[in-house]
Amino acid sequence: MGKDREHIDSLTQKEYEYGFITDIEMDMAPKGLNEDIIRFISAKKDEPDSMLRWRLKAYRYWLNMKEPTWAFVTYPPIDYQNIYYYAAPKKKEGPKSLDEVDPEILATFDKLGIPLEEREALAGVAVDAVMDSVSVATTFRKKLQELGIIFLPISEAIREHPDLIKKYLGSVVPPTDNFFAALNSAVFTDGTFVYVPKGIRCPMELSTYFRINAANTGQFERTLIVADEGSYVSYLEGCTAPMRDENQLHAAVVELIALDGAEIKYSTVQNWYAGDKNGKGGIYNFVTKRGVCHNHSKISWAQVETGSAITWKYPSLILRGDNSAGEFHSVALTNNRQQADTGTKMVHLGKNTRSTIISKGISAGYSNNSYRGLVKIGPGADNAKNYSQCDSLLIGDRCGAHTFPYLEVDNPTANVEHEATTSKISEDQLFYCNQRGIGTEEAIGVIINGYAREVFKRLPMEFAVEAQKLLTVSLEGSVG
Amino acid sequence: MLSIRNLKASIEGNHILKGINLEIHPGEVHAIMGPNGSGKSTLAHILAGKEGYIVEDGEVIFEGKNLLELAPEERAREGVFLAFQYPIEIPGVSNTTFLKTALNEIRKHRGLSELDAMDFLTLVRKRMKLVDMDPSLLGRPVNEGFSGGEKKRNEILQMAVLEPRLAILDETDSGLDIDALKTVANGVNSLKNKDNATLVVTHYQRLLDYLVPDYVHVLFDGRIVESGDKTLALELERKGYDWIKTKAGDSK
Ligand SMILES: Nc1ncnc2c1ncn2[C@@H]1O[C@H](COP(=O)(O)OP(=O)(O)OP(=O)(O)O)[C@@H](O)[C@H]1O
Ligand SMILES: [Mg+2]
Repeated sequence: MGKDREHIDSLTQKEYEYGFITDIEMDMAPKGLNEDIIRFISAKKDEPDSMLRWRLKAYRYWLNMKEPTWAFVTYPPIDYQNIYYYAAPKKKEGPKSLDEVDPEILATFDKLGIPLEEREALAGVAVDAVMDSVSVATTFRKKLQELGIIFLPISEAIREHPDLIKKYLGSVVPPTDNFFAALNSAVFTDGTFVYVPKGIRCPMELSTYFRINAANTGQFERTLIVADEGSYVSYLEGCTAPMRDENQLHAAVVELIALDGAEIKYSTVQNWYAGDKNGKGGIYNFVTKRGVCHNHSKISWAQVETGSAITWKYPSLILRGDNSAGEFHSVALTNNRQQADTGTKMVHLGKNTRSTIISKGISAGYSNNSYRGLVKIGPGADNAKNYSQCDSLLIGDRCGAHTFPYLEVDNPTANVEHEATTSKISEDQLFYCNQRGIGTEEAIGVIINGYAREVFKRLPMEFAVEAQKLLTVSLEGSVG
Repeated sequence: MLSIRNLKASIEGNHILKGINLEIHPGEVHAIMGPNGSGKSTLAHILAGKEGYIVEDGEVIFEGKNLLELAPEERAREGVFLAFQYPIEIPGVSNTTFLKTALNEIRKHRGLSELDAMDFLTLVRKRMKLVDMDPSLLGRPVNEGFSGGEKKRNEILQMAVLEPRLAILDETDSGLDIDALKTVANGVNSLKNKDNATLVVTHYQRLLDYLVPDYVHVLFDGRIVESGDKTLALELERKGYDWIKTKAGDSK
């Protein structure tokens, strides 16, 4: 038994593969947060006055808020005055093509195994690459423009589409929503804006790659996706970050709006630096993601979370319109000293609303992995239906898996089902695989990929492959 | 092919195997019989490399290699196959994925190219006929929710696909109905050739009616106390183990 134990340990203590630092001259604001910093950011971004006022309002609100403590995670207090809130790669003008992109940045993507050139060619994927806080490359913009689809860095959208921004920014996650959302609203530097016009089906997957790069630079991304009536869009978000000793704060906000008859698919693969095996370093990932569904619309969240030292993230949906539907498919893997408290909220307000929650937690090492979910059926949500399945898989016996399902039903016609299982990769299973010629490392990979298959099925093809690799890499020796 | 010499082993401080000697040559079928708890599965597990056992003395040579020094997966790739008395369930992993992964690992070890999905399916379908297995079981998770008999058939299907040099069948007959017993035994027979060998653990003569052993050994209290040809099994069926116990007691 001891040998298997050691073997599992050696597999689960793999070093972070993508640890390196890109050397690009940074254009930084001084450390710390105050109204001047916010004015600096807003000026840097050449924002309209209304945007600055919006930010300042959020900041003043934030000053009186308390950091939430209810999640099942522990970390030393964050010193918000010891963080840089603005850092941008120096450049004269935004590049118009890949040729104009800083070769250093392209090399960075190379090391990650996601060269832009390749991505471009791959199955019509458009890439809006975000390097630190400023977009460095936007491709396929033209083709999208022909269809009237707007796919822009959010700072550009704020300048070029003030009406849409005014109407939708903060409409799903108001600046006052929570501590991290308020902070994000005050200081967000970049992110993505997508608008798909009425009846248009976006012909390609939209994707953004985020990297956190400057030492002590908090990353405050802001994503806003609006799918107008009867439209469809699939958006992919994926990230990895360089090895760091000091903890890096990330507090992103993602807002999705599906108007009548629209459909949005939002897929995430998250692989930020998780800290070393003793829990030193790693990203603090406090994310607010929420979508609103109008009549007959649908939003699906699919996420594969393997990175970050701390994950605090609950992609949620408000099913406001009648006959709207929401889905949440998640694989969250924690290893070593990682802590994840993640799940979803499904708020049913409209009639005949349906939601599905499939959550697959995987814990290894000394990590802690919690599912936290709320299903709320409002009084007007006649015939609402929810199905939740929350599974936990343990590897080794020093990790933890926890489930916190909350249920609030205010309508007697609701139909709510919840299933939960906890299982363990047993030594008997590993021996059985070994006896058939399959090594322990590969056996764990096969078992985990089988366990998470239901979620992978929901990801776009090229992402599913990447995600499958990620899980294996997070637990095993090497990719491929 | 396989030489077991004076093998002594314990688990959690209990001495289970107390000096096993056994010699198996290519082309042979050996049967091991013996009362419950005498150490038959223990022997099978130790040959396959299951953890938790401590080998205190003796050696096992397989095809010129010190078997006990190899990791379980290396033994499997070298051609040692164990059909489990209690096959393990692996939820979420389809039988096909599992078997294809196993086969390709073994093929890699043997310097053969990996089979793609199509070639693999062709092979499996052929082998399934051998054990008359319901094709729908292929797509289901490994052994999960399988009936006792289906699990046993699945073990033999795996054997048929992986083509081991030495197959150890631990009570493969238990849980099989009368017809299935015949099918499975015939399946095993048809896999037999002059280069491979079978070590079959069983309590009952009826399996040996179909899968005729060259040698029968009686394992009692961690030792092989009696060896003979197929007639020994018939004798045991008639007389039970009491006379063996007496004999073993006398020789102590
Ligand atoms: N973990 C353990 N700790 C203590 N004793 C054990 C352990 N595992 C097995 N044993 C004992 O070892 C002995 C041999 O067991 P084994 O399973 O090899 O018997 P067997 O001959 O296969 O019996 P059966 O015919 O019932 O399958 C039994 O007495 C069993 O209780
Ligand atoms: Mg047994």
